[in-house]
Amino acid sequence: MFGLSSKDTRFLLIVVFLTLATPILLQPFPEGSSLAQFNAGYPDLMQKFAIFGIFAIGFNILFGLTGYLSFGHAAFLGVGSYTVVWMYKLLGYNVLPGLVLAVIVSALFALLIGFISLRRSGIYFSILTLAFAQMSYNLAYSVLTPITNGETGLQVYSNDPQILMGENSPTSPHLFGIVMRESTQFEVGGWLFTLNNGYYFCAVIAILAFYLSLRIFRSPFGMMLRAIKTNQTRMNYTGLNSRPYTLAAFVISGMYAGLAGGLLAAMDPLAGAERMQWTASGEVVLMTILGGAGTLMGPVLGAGFIKYFENIFSKINDGVLHAWFAFLPDGLEDLVVALIHPFVGKGWHLTLGILFMLVVIFLPGGLVEGGQRIARLFRSKKTKTAGPGGRNRDHQPKPAPHVAE
Amino acid sequence: MTNSTFTRRGVLKTGAVTGAGLALPTIFTSSASAFTNEPTGNTVTFGFNVPQTGPYAEEGLDELRAQELAVEHINGIGDGGMLNTFTSKALDGTGILGKKVQFVTGDTQTKSDAARAAAKSMIEKDGVVMINGGSSSGVAVAVQSLCQEAGIIFMAGLTHSNDTTGKDRKANGFRHFFNAYMSGAALAPVLEKAYGTERRAYHLTADYTWGYTQQESIQSFTEALGWQTVNNVLTPVGAGDFSSYIAPVLNSGADVLILNHYGGDMVNSLTQAVQFGLRDKQVNGKNFEIVVPLYSELMAEGAGENIKGVFGSMNWNWQLQDAGTKAFVQSFGQKYGRPPSNSAHTCYVQTLLYADAVARAGSFNPCAVAEALEGFEFDGMGNGPTLYRAEDHQCFKDVLVMKGAENPTTPFDTLEVVEITPRAQVEYAPNHPMFGGDEASLGQCNSGA
Amino acid sequence: MDAILLQILNGLDKGSAYALIALGLTLIFGTLGVVNFAHGALFMIGAFCAVTMQRILGLSFSQVDPTKTDFLGNPLKVQVPYVESWFGPEVGGAIIDWSVPIAIVMAIPVMIALGFAMERGLIKHFYKRPHADQILVTFGLAIVLQEIVKYFFGANPIQTGAPDMFAGSFDFGVLMGFDPNVIIYPYWRMVYFLFALVIIGGVFAFLQFTTFGMVVRAGMADRETVGLLGIDIDRRFTIMFGLAAAVAGLAGVMYTPILSPNYHMGMDFLVLSFVVVVVGGMGSLPGAVLAGFLLGILQSFASMNEIKSIIPGIDQVIIYLIAIVILLTRPRGLMGRKGVMED
Repeated sequence: MFGLSSKDTRFLLIVVFLTLATPILLQPFPEGSSLAQFNAGYPDLMQKFAIFGIFAIGFNILFGLTGYLSFGHAAFLGVGSYTVVWMYKLLGYNVLPGLVLAVIVSALFALLIGFISLRRSGIYFSILTLAFAQMSYNLAYSVLTPITNGETGLQVYSNDPQILMGENSPTSPHLFGIVMRESTQFEVGGWLFTLNNGYYFCAVIAILAFYLSLRIFRSPFGMMLRAIKTNQTRMNYTGLNSRPYTLAAFVISGMYAGLAGGLLAAMDPLAGAERMQWTASGEVVLMTILGGAGTLMGPVLGAGFIKYFENIFSKINDGVLHAWFAFLPDGLEDLVVALIHPFVGKGWHLTLGILFMLVVIFLPGGLVEGGQRIARLFRSKKTKTAGPGGRNRDHQPKPAPHVAE
Repeated sequence: MTNSTFTRRGVLKTGAVTGAGLALPTIFTSSASAFTNEPTGNTVTFGFNVPQTGPYAEEGLDELRAQELAVEHINGIGDGGMLNTFTSKALDGTGILGKKVQFVTGDTQTKSDAARAAAKSMIEKDGVVMINGGSSSGVAVAVQSLCQEAGIIFMAGLTHSNDTTGKDRKANGFRHFFNAYMSGAALAPVLEKAYGTERRAYHLTADYTWGYTQQESIQSFTEALGWQTVNNVLTPVGAGDFSSYIAPVLNSGADVLILNHYGGDMVNSLTQAVQFGLRDKQVNGKNFEIVVPLYSELMAEGAGENIKGVFGSMNWNWQLQDAGTKAFVQSFGQKYGRPPSNSAHTCYVQTLLYADAVARAGSFNPCAVAEALEGFEFDGMGNGPTLYRAEDHQCFKDVLVMKGAENPTTPFDTLEVVEITPRAQVEYAPNHPMFGGDEASLGQCNSGA
Repeated sequence: MDAILLQILNGLDKGSAYALIALGLTLIFGTLGVVNFAHGALFMIGAFCAVTMQRILGLSFSQVDPTKTDFLGNPLKVQVPYVESWFGPEVGGAIIDWSVPIAIVMAIPVMIALGFAMERGLIKHFYKRPHADQILVTFGLAIVLQEIVKYFFGANPIQTGAPDMFAGSFDFGVLMGFDPNVIIYPYWRMVYFLFALVIIGGVFAFLQFTTFGMVVRAGMADRETVGLLGIDIDRRFTIMFGLAAAVAGLAGVMYTPILSPNYHMGMDFLVLSFVVVVVGGMGSLPGAVLAGFLLGILQSFASMNEIKSIIPGIDQVIIYLIAIVILLTRPRGLMGRKGVMED
């Protein structure tokens, strides 16, 4: 089905199911229970999961397949966002023109940067992409303020032209009248579930993006890209010019990033310059490696992991901790809270840093490898052959050779 | 803090139709409510969105302390602080409209994107009716427009750019803190008295929107004194080393250096300017002087001895002697062992002002609250008689001109109050060109319904 | 002319800092083949050694001064540093005043120990892993280190001044026949520049003129062969890691009077130092030093008003622009070797 092998079709269907059921799966705890703090099923975070999932999937097409480590992909994310907000300002709040243009503009931008940067490889390539992205960021933050509105971020003002805005058009981002920020809520027992238009819009696009990346992974083009990663020199000796392939991969992943950036602005009509900063580029690198570079699901997992920490752990303050451990005797309660305190709330960075280290040290293949290990453990007990973890093994990253000669 | 639930929906559970899936279309909220996040139980939740990581984390921490204190005072815990001196007596220490106040916190990271994500999570997940806090103008403007779209009230924390209540003003957003224009208006007479009218100023300006508005304000006020502006050089944010911008200053014929920097940039540029020996030099037969238009206690602490004798302005300072300030400093100092900073003060006051407005309006509906805040005159909050102007939601009150103390005895009195500039002197028309002119408008109040 | 001379001077100390950090990074790249994203954090920890020394020397006991009151109206407790009560206010004050140079004594062992611990405890296990993993793990370590520093010292910049002796600036202009105040240069920056030259010279001399250095250089060129010759190259590499950490740390200690340290200063320097290393050429120590000074001076030039008025914002992007131009014209940076970190 869909031009995929039956194994891949099953995989895709699982992904589709998981994506569509996210609003329910991410609300495992009833409202009002003290664990509700860990629920992630609210629109903004679910949208972020889908959007950064797209971003990481796209990045993985470049990094996971060709091994080229770009440190400047945030530039395309920012360009996508700015394009969409500008379309709001000029045309109106329908997201479609902006998103289409965001993909086109980021493709052109990626073509330009890729064409120059891909003349070098290895860390020289990384630094070139980093340099372009940092230049974009610095200029967007300061000198280009008339276009980007600088630090404040680009937003829509009431005196903007918005020539396609009708009398009854929604006054926030929408797709032909479907307003992105509207949700349907329903509750079952103590559980409250929020089905958000914007999330489902992102989810559908994310599924399409995932499907496309699956096809690329399985195509001869994908094979070629993997060959570049394995041994570019040998490829060149066989008479193949690898540059067009890497450039194509670079542009495709740039388009994914532009799409993700566009979606960020489609969910929330504001584009800030810090989306282009090197830390944002670094974040997608971390997401991909953390999840498992070169695997299909890994980058999405990594994206979810980091966004979850940023949004959930940063909100646990001392008051919440005291509420959790209120059942303990006073002295003990204070002790436990004091012990946990450095790792949550304003210390969420620390927890994230420790987890980065633990994952890399113990799970060289990223979170996907962790999943596979658990699956293997599970399988060996049940002695079943086709466990859920086995499907990705053929595209696990191979350890790169030690390069300092 | 021993509240057992921190989400609004804890209360939904009790009233929920058990087992029945009831689907409701919503925009940020369930349509059963009259407005976004209408509190239905016996509690109401505030959102405190402050920088907890990044360069302004310390300031965010101090804001959070003050906000926590404000919630205690509203709920009747502790000595009541400024509630005792506040002229409006609508709050009686039993919560607001019979509901106890709870709060959730978020991390803005001093980035617009992260701040909006944190704010959205508070609105969507925790059901807050008001967001307060922040330590930079970019974040304030971004969160303010989000609250406008969502239909809740935004009570800005530390934001000094003219834009927040200028071209970016919003009907659901309110600012207690002063702004760049007021800094200029308050500083100019003091500078004239200290340095005369025959001065040549050299500006170093942080290269982003806040820097631009402050530089514009200060330049227009100093030029009105008769000062000349030799040059205005934009410096990259977070440059760290400003030596290549400072070195040419002496040779430019300028005799005053104005540093339109904040936070770490201010600490570094001031330290380095002093290191270059600028303040020991004589130019045009006058002593070379440095001015830092916007001061904060934490940054003054960071700059150490270098701020001695340097003029700047502040929204408020704990050394003021009015009853409101004394009550607040007493109650903050008892709890945390240090005097509050001016960003802590503004967040504390904003939280009380919001609570008071709700109590006076008799409703949490943001439009009713906004109406109660608009044109509200009050006193006893440490800044003298204050007006929340209806046209742009900016507070008008006295502004402090500060100077680095010559002989500080503790880390907390590194700044001293030079003058309390009366409110009349810093007022301006709502359509002032620096504030977006006639085009700027608040728009319609949004309750999310 | 005078403006250009002025900016060359300003570029020198900035360049010194870049060069020192890049030198350490290159030592680690070149010898161990490890991409160390925690190197900025080492610089930051060095800077906090100075802060710690300032705190240690400033350790105080409180003395109640009944004539003054604190902010709550209670009698003021005046903090009197122990060193002042032991040696008298004059000598004690001078010791506290010199806390930054004194901190060097503390920073060297601390940084070397930290370097050893990092290499033995963590980096060692990553020699055979892909660079991406090295980046992730060292980045995680950098976050952890800076969060620990933040936990103890807070997020605010902390003033750590130079000794009073070095306050103010020297007027080079007068020396060269210009008007006074045209070319001024703070004394401490001169000290920093000379200090950097000494350290750089020391590292080169160590590698050039000692047997140990010779082995390490051989190891950088061909690790496998050196290993086959029966030389325990791993142990030497551990020492090199400690040395690189010490260089970064010392750069940090002496930089504190110029830049008040805060917990994320390492991240701010990290990206820049990578650009410097790559522009210099991977694995080339002279390249790193050359690129450090080059970028420092060019950045200062770009900050000149004359240039900024022609191309606004050039000072914000100059470093990256130069990096792009150099990498496109010289494939392996200024002095890079073929095949290092190219795949």
